[in-house]
Amino acid sequence: MIMAVALLLIVLGSVLFHVFNPWWTTPLASNWQPMDDTLTITLVITGIFFVVINLFVAYMLVRFRHREGHRAAHEPENRKLERWLIGGTTVGIMALLAPGLVVYANYVREPRDALVLEVLGQQWQWRFRFPGPDGKLGATDARFVSATNPFGIDPGDPAGQDDLLIPGDEVHLPLGKPVLVLMRSNDVLHDFFVPPFRARMNMVPGQVSRFWFTSTVAGRYEALCAQLCGVGHPNMRGYVVVEDPASYQAWYAALPSFAKSQAKAPEAPAAPGGPAGGGARVEQGRALADAKGCVACHTVDGSPRVGPTWKGLHGKTETMADGSTALVDEAYLRSFIRDPQARHVKGFPPVMPKIEMTDEELAALVAYIQSLGSPPAQAAAEQKAAR
Amino acid sequence: MNSSSPTGQAMSHADDAGHPAPQSFLTRYVWSQDHKVIAVQYACTAIAVGVVGVVLSNLMRLQLGFPGQFDFINAERYYQFVTMHGMIMVIYLLTALFLGGFGNYLIPLMVGARDMVFPYLNMLSFWVYLLSVVVLMASFFVPGGPTGAGWTLYPPQSILPGTPGHAGGIVLMLVSLLIFIVATTMGGLNYVTTVLQARCEGMTLLRMPLTVWGIFVATILALLGFPALFVSGVMLLLDRTLGTSFFMPALVSMGQVTGYKGGSPLLFQHLFWFFGHPEVYIVALPAFGIVSDLISVHARKCIFGYRMMVWAIVAIGALSVVVWAHHMFVSGMNPYFGFFFATTTLIIAVPTAIKVYNWILTLWRGDIHLTVPMLFALAFLCTFLIGGLTGLFLGNVSVDIPLSGTYFVVAHFHMVMGVAPLLVVFGGIYHWFPKVTGRMLDDRLGRLHFWITFLGTYAVFFPMHYLGVLGMPRRYYNFDGYKFIPPSAFSLNEVITVIAMIIALAQLLFIVNLAWSAWRGRPADANPWRAASLEWQTPTTPPGYGNWGPRLPVVYRWAYAYGEPGAAEDFIAQNAPPQAGAGEPEPEGQSEVRGAPA
Repeated sequence: MIMAVALLLIVLGSVLFHVFNPWWTTPLASNWQPMDDTLTITLVITGIFFVVINLFVAYMLVRFRHREGHRAAHEPENRKLERWLIGGTTVGIMALLAPGLVVYANYVREPRDALVLEVLGQQWQWRFRFPGPDGKLGATDARFVSATNPFGIDPGDPAGQDDLLIPGDEVHLPLGKPVLVLMRSNDVLHDFFVPPFRARMNMVPGQVSRFWFTSTVAGRYEALCAQLCGVGHPNMRGYVVVEDPASYQAWYAALPSFAKSQAKAPEAPAAPGGPAGGGARVEQGRALADAKGCVACHTVDGSPRVGPTWKGLHGKTETMADGSTALVDEAYLRSFIRDPQARHVKGFPPVMPKIEMTDEELAALVAYIQSLGSPPAQAAAEQKAAR
Repeated sequence: MNSSSPTGQAMSHADDAGHPAPQSFLTRYVWSQDHKVIAVQYACTAIAVGVVGVVLSNLMRLQLGFPGQFDFINAERYYQFVTMHGMIMVIYLLTALFLGGFGNYLIPLMVGARDMVFPYLNMLSFWVYLLSVVVLMASFFVPGGPTGAGWTLYPPQSILPGTPGHAGGIVLMLVSLLIFIVATTMGGLNYVTTVLQARCEGMTLLRMPLTVWGIFVATILALLGFPALFVSGVMLLLDRTLGTSFFMPALVSMGQVTGYKGGSPLLFQHLFWFFGHPEVYIVALPAFGIVSDLISVHARKCIFGYRMMVWAIVAIGALSVVVWAHHMFVSGMNPYFGFFFATTTLIIAVPTAIKVYNWILTLWRGDIHLTVPMLFALAFLCTFLIGGLTGLFLGNVSVDIPLSGTYFVVAHFHMVMGVAPLLVVFGGIYHWFPKVTGRMLDDRLGRLHFWITFLGTYAVFFPMHYLGVLGMPRRYYNFDGYKFIPPSAFSLNEVITVIAMIIALAQLLFIVNLAWSAWRGRPADANPWRAASLEWQTPTTPPGYGNWGPRLPVVYRWAYAYGEPGAAEDFIAQNAPPQAGAGEPEPEGQSEVRGAPA
């Protein structure tokens, strides 16, 4: 009897929870309304099934509960009933599957006039590339990957020279234009997921995977990684800005090409820190931090990610994993970057890679980190508050 | 084909003289070759390792419910907890408990054999399993700790820096899995052979209880599926230790170009899920079988549509090896696979639904006793129903795309292959404990344990689906700063964590009940549930060495002779003399199939 009441309460509670809970899909911002529709169809059919079966069981628990002197009926099988049930279930399953496959057929069929966007995943940040005026993405290979060529674009491929590289973790897209997203990874599996677009796919090193969508609502959407990619997995965030074509064109026009970024690279060490070079050197350090991927793990806004934030780092006292403490000064920063595995900061995973850089570059990077420093007490308080 | 000829029987252990019962403590309880002792060894080890799994789940929930409040749970540890929890629960608890525990204890007793056909191999199976558990636990103590790659161990991530335990943890994990597979294979060959060769006279295949059918087909799946995991484990181990490139394409790790090239990460996923999906049914089919028997016994009614139930088990088993890539709809594999695997996946819902109907129709016009095992069976029905139905979301490729990798998936598989089979484990233990120990489990503790576990798990996992629909990704250490997640979602996570901890504590009731009742419980009758199947008809309780005394039983009917019209009692034991009446329903027009002696 209590079990029957429990089942009734579960059915009632589940239905009420479904109606009144505040969590459902994020507002749709792409053409994939049909995905939401198949979700609704599935929910209705399975929901009815769930309610009916549970109520039926609850009824039987009361109706056929044990009573003294009463015996169960003898009914080993009922062919007719069984055939009806199999038939009805098959029809129900087909009603679920058919619309799902139709939607999927559209998902697989890519529009021909789509804007091509490449998304590159790497631990733990996103990078974006457009094919540029020739409409072709340059060939890539892992062996070309370096701090100055994070995409691994083949420098000898003419198709790659005009590719447009997007600095930072935010890409803009024109409203209402179909976008074909081509996805690569330099290291491990990732998954480029923007919940309001619904469409998504894993990125797999060694191959290009793809999906397409058309944006329908302007806005700035969060992109996140939905395939476990190591300790920094939750920090892999990016943004997709959907805007009117005019604003998009203005943004697009300012993007640097691959050829330009390569031309600029050799200049970098050529800016030695003269007496007036302080500001330039910090600026060079900022650019290096982006190019070498430091910003994937270290923020400059005070929030810790995979590694400590650089805001207020210089001048602070860090506790090491072995319990010792160390003052973060120029010598500390230099030695830590040169040999990140020599010691580990408490509370952070020991995963910092050794990144090759010249003395000039190291000096610039350290200068940049120093420029973000703040008085020790304040830094410590901020770090604590952020955690 | 009928193996139960009198000569075959005479050749097997017809008398105990050839196999004297072992006398010393060591040979009786430690190096035992008795399937009943081995079953208890398996079960105790699985439950012990399961306790570790539950503790890990609570540590993980602490971080999700109260992020940043517990200093010792950093990101690395969180991923290690997640990974070890998943692997322990799926492999070392559920697989070991259903096959090594229930399979070992019940198969010989239910088919009327004296023991497994290869008792020495059976003993070896347990000790090798124990070794795999020891190696697994050792990974907690190596530098860098256990692997945090997620229980799917997807390369390249699982063996590269950036993932916790990429040095020693992953190696021990793979070695432990390989050892476990050796143990499962030794056990599995034994169970299959015993079912096919050692059934007593009159025990035709279509008279076996559904429990045996479920374990039998699950074991065949294990023998087919685990080799795929074995080879992928060996290859991943070689990639990790010798630098081969089976699964590793040319890639950059932490800014350094590695020496790997030419391998395929997707190949691992295909191999993993070729094992991984049948694995779901390796856990589910024994649960299906056991729950069929629990419902039939405690509703005092023959199982509805027995032969349909057997065919459904066989059909689910067969289909389960052609649905694996529904775990990979967004993996980047050839997208046209999606059509095929969505279709096969939804087809498997038909035999599964038949099983649900038949359980329910067994209750119809029954004489339902709400005993503790029956409560667990009913809770399984409810939990499995919602878990199975949410499977229809994830199996349907275009519904799956936005839901894949979110908390919807976490909620789904916990309902369908975490909680539901565990409810059957509990139900099964409450049901067969009197046979194993000769004592009853305490009823009041059992009911308390039941209500907290059933309602608690429902309250934990039902709301979790909605977080997934919202788009919250799984395997996140924290969700700091994601604006699409409303604060209310974090409040929900707090509530879920609190309930999860209450459920975990309630499991202590179960363990206390087991320990206390084994020594001090009310002595049980030989057949306290008045069940018809053979394991309850042993001459002594608990059954002695060799199970059946001097003479093997002879079976005259199926295991579901309940509520027979005209019978004196409301059940007739399988080995009651033929004049007691009652036979299984004859197949239409082909009664000559019966192999029973007249």
